[in-house]
Amino acid sequence: MSTQEVAIDNGVNVEALLGAREALTEAPEAAAFTWRASSTWVKGTHARSTVEKFFGLGEEQSHRTAYQYDTDHPEIFASEDNGSTPVEFVLVGLAGCLTAGIAAVAQNRGIQLHSVRATLDAPMDIQGILGIDSDVRNGFASIKVNYEIDADAAEEDIQALVAQSQKRSAVFDIVTNPTDVHVGVRKV
Amino acid sequence: MKPAAEKLLAGFVDVIVIGAGHSGLAMSRFLTMRSIEHVILERGEVANSWRYERWDSLRLLTPNYLSRLPGYQYVGEDRDGYMSMQEVVAFIDGFAEFARAPVKTGTEVTSVAATGNGYHVITNKGEWITRAVVIASGAFNLPTVPAVSAAIPNTVRQITTRDYRNPNALEDGGVLIVGASATGLQLADEIHDSGRPVTVAVGEHVRMPRVYRGYDIQRWMERVGLLDESYETVDDIRRARRVPSPQLVGSDNRVTLDLNRLTDKGVRLAGRLAGMRDGTAQFSGSLRNVCALADLKQGRMLDAIDTWIDEKGLAQELEPARRFAPTAVNGSSSLGLDLKSGEIRTMVWATGYRPDYSWLQVPVLDRKGQILHDGGVAAAPGMYVMGLPFLRRRKSSFIHGAEDDARDLSEHLAAYLDQTASLRSFKVAV
Repeated sequence: MSTQEVAIDNGVNVEALLGAREALTEAPEAAAFTWRASSTWVKGTHARSTVEKFFGLGEEQSHRTAYQYDTDHPEIFASEDNGSTPVEFVLVGLAGCLTAGIAAVAQNRGIQLHSVRATLDAPMDIQGILGIDSDVRNGFASIKVNYEIDADAAEEDIQALVAQSQKRSAVFDIVTNPTDVHVGVRKV
Repeated sequence: MKPAAEKLLAGFVDVIVIGAGHSGLAMSRFLTMRSIEHVILERGEVANSWRYERWDSLRLLTPNYLSRLPGYQYVGEDRDGYMSMQEVVAFIDGFAEFARAPVKTGTEVTSVAATGNGYHVITNKGEWITRAVVIASGAFNLPTVPAVSAAIPNTVRQITTRDYRNPNALEDGGVLIVGASATGLQLADEIHDSGRPVTVAVGEHVRMPRVYRGYDIQRWMERVGLLDESYETVDDIRRARRVPSPQLVGSDNRVTLDLNRLTDKGVRLAGRLAGMRDGTAQFSGSLRNVCALADLKQGRMLDAIDTWIDEKGLAQELEPARRFAPTAVNGSSSLGLDLKSGEIRTMVWATGYRPDYSWLQVPVLDRKGQILHDGGVAAAPGMYVMGLPFLRRRKSSFIHGAEDDARDLSEHLAAYLDQTASLRSFKVAV
């Protein structure tokens, strides 16, 4: 009888990530990235945003292709609903970031994932954005993320994956901590 | 005449040890046993930081029976007790006497620079030429205060844990404590008990019970081998060296001081202090996750202890295994606190310490100002460092951790002295 080594494969190249971590520890200037997006108003509350280029590893970089995203508001806001609302995009970003982190951490810890599903709920009192009550904030009152994960690991190890993913997540940091935002404008 | 005379060369010596705390004295003991000529330069008195730079109620986080230095150990009755600072000072003083350590007190090092095959050391009491330097000036010299402190309204008094002594010195009114390691929690506990409402800003922390299955947690960590874990084998040494001190307190009734104990008393928790805007402190929304991380990590350590106990077949003789309630984060955590309202009168920075290397003229610091070293062998010939967190082992920064590190490093140092040219061949230009 022979034992079979089962290779863990979550589709994450952990060796490359760890190699990058080592290299960027030695060369911190290469770790300075800038992410970019551009956005054009279409009509009404509909805008179209594009991401393609970013800066990192000391030079200009590019995605495989330009990605376009439509944002709009639903019809109950008297809009045409040409895309998801911008606040939903924040949830998309958070889910995308946490789930990517879970896969990477699982790969690094030798945990085979079978399925990872997240549902996100983010209550918001729109009296804030409508200017009805100045005590109500514009943004989410809170965000609830609920994961259902099928993986070859104990319950605590799966919980630790999700906790570690939050600890290392950029979007989790962005939504849980203040960020200094500069908005400039010029007449053209 | 005297001040001018003090500028003169105080001497040639094979090794200079900087700092007469437990680390420097432990190194001195091994150097003496190897008949290596050395002096210890101490800015104040023996055990100066323990003596003058800690709060009144502080006791060691390790039980007495663990308090030992090379050839010297605690011999009192209260083996499971925790030393007060006066007792720590007496213990280290006693060791300095036992070891006949060549300490020059009141001698502050103001510069260490490379010269020839060794180092030129300048102090307030003369200059030295030495072949080797052991930096044992400690990891806890300067309080780390985040830049955001500059934005705190001036109606709030700010104090660091180095200057804090007891709650009576604080104004009446609310206290915001930033930091949730051993220091932050101990101060939160006693300041709350003094009647001042306390809020603690909680970032990543290390939770552990004081007593587990009838024995002190430090005893388990020692028996299981966690305290002896090597810097060469631990997963991610950089992170291991940054881990904050565990939430422990040394007390007569051996209580576990965790966040649940504080919130049960009425202490408020907030997330990590993330920023200041218009006089309002902003806290991170990550409180739940940092608590979950600490709870899970505590669980993994207790798992390791239980496994060890089972493997040794000791389970029947001990209290049963147990797990502790998860850290309760009730309702929605506070994301902001208006520091202009007068509710908070004092802010305590329990945000850790960093070493002071302002006198070090040798290029051995990394871009974060930390000394570059391999298990205490610094990145400059004949230079060593001791007493830093996880220097060689998890116990390196503990009193009982100094012995093994000093033994290893004195061996390396002796070999270095044997290999290099003798001091007498120096061309000295002082």
